[in-house]
Amino acid sequence: MWKYILPVGIFAALIVVFTIGLNRDPTSFESPLLGKPAPAFTLPSLEDPSVTVTDSPLRNNEVTLFNVWATWCSGCYQEHPFLMELKRTSDVPIYSLNWNDERDAALKWLNQLGNPYAATAFDGDGRVAIDWGVYGAPETFLIDGRGNVIYKHIAPLTADVWEKEFLPRIAQAKGAAP
Amino acid sequence: MMNAASRSMVRASLFGLMLSTLFAMSASAIDTETPFNDPILDARYDKLIHELRCMVCLNGTIADSRVDLAADLRREVHRMVADGQTEDEIKTFMQQRYGDSILYNPPVQPNTWALWAAPTVFLLIGLAVVGRIVWQRRNLVVADESSLHEEDHA
Repeated sequence: MWKYILPVGIFAALIVVFTIGLNRDPTSFESPLLGKPAPAFTLPSLEDPSVTVTDSPLRNNEVTLFNVWATWCSGCYQEHPFLMELKRTSDVPIYSLNWNDERDAALKWLNQLGNPYAATAFDGDGRVAIDWGVYGAPETFLIDGRGNVIYKHIAPLTADVWEKEFLPRIAQAKGAAP
Repeated sequence: MMNAASRSMVRASLFGLMLSTLFAMSASAIDTETPFNDPILDARYDKLIHELRCMVCLNGTIADSRVDLAADLRREVHRMVADGQTEDEIKTFMQQRYGDSILYNPPVQPNTWALWAAPTVFLLIGLAVVGRIVWQRRNLVVADESSLHEEDHA
């Protein structure tokens, strides 16, 4: 009897393991920053190198988004219209990090496609991106009013992801904020 | 006058030379950080870049990748080694930012126990199966011998 049950059982268990394994995204790793303070930075602004952009707007008692993008990143181009829509329809300000990019190309991008950001820090050598654990743009961090990272989305931001993952967390963070 | 065999040997060794030159060229072109000219620091740097995962390419280390991020991380490792930081300090720095996944050797901790134990567990299962088969075969041989003896008697 066991001669038949055992192999069939092992086979069924393997199917379960493979089904779970194959449905996971191997390129998406959970960020160790979740629940921790957003990394501090001081960088020149993309628009004007003499102006400094820091992490302080992320700790200003309001829920914010921190979006990492670059002009060489096709996913960023894909998500850009949705960011523009968020700017029009949502009260959550979007701050951004322009990562490993050319300043001229990035400025041209914002001029042509529109600028959804409240401020953009220019991280030309990618040093600040390392502190944020950035590895695949576009990445979008959700930051609560106290400046803690509460969620990270790797891949273009879509209306679907926004409704399912961001809105409930934003509502929760706003409820908990003083 | 060359015979066919020696000609193909020459051809094979030329091909080998070409291949090795190609690999040597690509290896030197990836890492553009300047050597420390200090055997201890150079060894530490070299070990670290071969133990940190290139998060974009998954199955490679930052030593093997031309991706921008890998170059940025090599530069950062180089800077930290130059600052005199230890291997553990640099690995912890990376782990705090990118998570355990950046370590090419998974650390032994509760969520990787199954991973580390798996080879031993599978080896034991294999040994048990082989042991069982050998045990059953041994009984078979005894049965055959006794039937032979019976024939002798007959």
